[in-house]
Amino acid sequence: MWTWAHKFGSPGYFYALAGKVNPWLTALYIALFATGLYLGLVVAPTDYQQGDSYRIIFVHVPSAWMSMFVYVVMAVFAAIGLIWRLKLTAVLAKASAPLGASFTFLALATGSIWGKPMWGTWWVWDARLTSELILLFLYLGFMALQAAMPDRQTAWRAGAILLLVGVVNIPIIHFSVDWWYTLHQPATITKLGAPSIHPSMLVPLLIMAVAFKVFYLSLLLSRARAEILHRERRTRWVQELARSGQL
Amino acid sequence: MRKQQTFSIFTGILRRDLKLAVRAPSQWINPLLFFLIAVSLFPLGVGPEQNMLREIAPGVIWVAALLAAMLAQDSLFRADFEDGSLEQMLISSRPMSMIIMAKVLAHWLVTGLPLIVLSPVLSILMGLSLVGWWALLLTLLLGTPILSLLGAVGAALVVSVKRGGVLLSLLVLPLCIPVLIFATAVVQTAGVGLAIEGQVSLLGALLALSVTLSPIAIAGALRVTGGAA
Repeated sequence: MWTWAHKFGSPGYFYALAGKVNPWLTALYIALFATGLYLGLVVAPTDYQQGDSYRIIFVHVPSAWMSMFVYVVMAVFAAIGLIWRLKLTAVLAKASAPLGASFTFLALATGSIWGKPMWGTWWVWDARLTSELILLFLYLGFMALQAAMPDRQTAWRAGAILLLVGVVNIPIIHFSVDWWYTLHQPATITKLGAPSIHPSMLVPLLIMAVAFKVFYLSLLLSRARAEILHRERRTRWVQELARSGQL
Repeated sequence: MRKQQTFSIFTGILRRDLKLAVRAPSQWINPLLFFLIAVSLFPLGVGPEQNMLREIAPGVIWVAALLAAMLAQDSLFRADFEDGSLEQMLISSRPMSMIIMAKVLAHWLVTGLPLIVLSPVLSILMGLSLVGWWALLLTLLLGTPILSLLGAVGAALVVSVKRGGVLLSLLVLPLCIPVLIFATAVVQTAGVGLAIEGQVSLLGALLALSVTLSPIAIAGALRVTGGAA
């Protein structure tokens, strides 16, 4: 286990492995996106209440799921990084942060676009929208902290503590926002959609969710490879790669 | 013997920090003035209508308290970091969490407590009823220590960053949202004459949680950032 972790955690080995895996992941997410979008946009029936505009959920819901998933993944990297001091965790968490922030922004933007025909307004202080907004602030805070510290090691360990504090706080924030929303619930919003979802809509939704996961993984590996090259630019293996023209 | 030492470091640091605060009053008076001015800007901005002011009073006072607390937090570890005493505290054999608790308590006594003392004035300015004022007092009493503890986590993280004040607010304000929500809810519920025990106990629970957990995070953050000046 330990030899494996150290082998896997060494930048050179990870760089090569990620390079080998990534084309397959790319092919996989393109196939999944194609299937999911075809089933969702063409095959799935029109909703009798919301018409075709409901189809945005095939992007909105997966990106909202990803926004929370990525934060938890970063917090796991933070714990591993603080406890076992694996160098790679810093690279992976740093590469994840803009991706997570983008998923959160995508969830907010698509939610807002969906809200316009459904609620008649671009933004309502809905409990879930508000939680997403706060999550976006948490991502931006982490990225700002990383950018503010010149020393890479200090920046990562400080960021890791912030991530752990954030992950303890997220359930509390989520609960308090839910509670705040029920307290202030505006009368203009009606409960949307049917209580259960039909399989013809659920299947493309799940395919899209998997597609988003693979997409994230693939982008994460690319970004992590670029970050590794930058950090290890003075080492021999990177310079040999550059000299042999493989970069 | 050991227990006594632990306690003496607590009282020692508390006394030292209070003495420092008394000798440099601008550090804690300025955030207080900011609080007062920020609140009095709202009637000027939204109009002097009594009913509307009463309605927005809890939110306005609490948001201003939050911002004032963030302004004040920046100075919590900075002076100690710059003159090297923070490093001495980190390498001393005394428990770091005790030192931190003493520093946070001292800081709360000079920045949080005056907010509470000022609250009657603000209640009058914003047209709160007597019941509303009692509720506000209660929430400030329970809530400002939470802000101090959360703010201390941020202050510890950014202590080595030059001009970290804005960054501190960026990091900590999202984490303070639950306090804001529950505290304003208490004042609003009290204003319409309903029972407030539920929300007050939730605030108490948040306080208990932050008193127990945040010293660990603060100590961890200081070990990362506070070492070399």
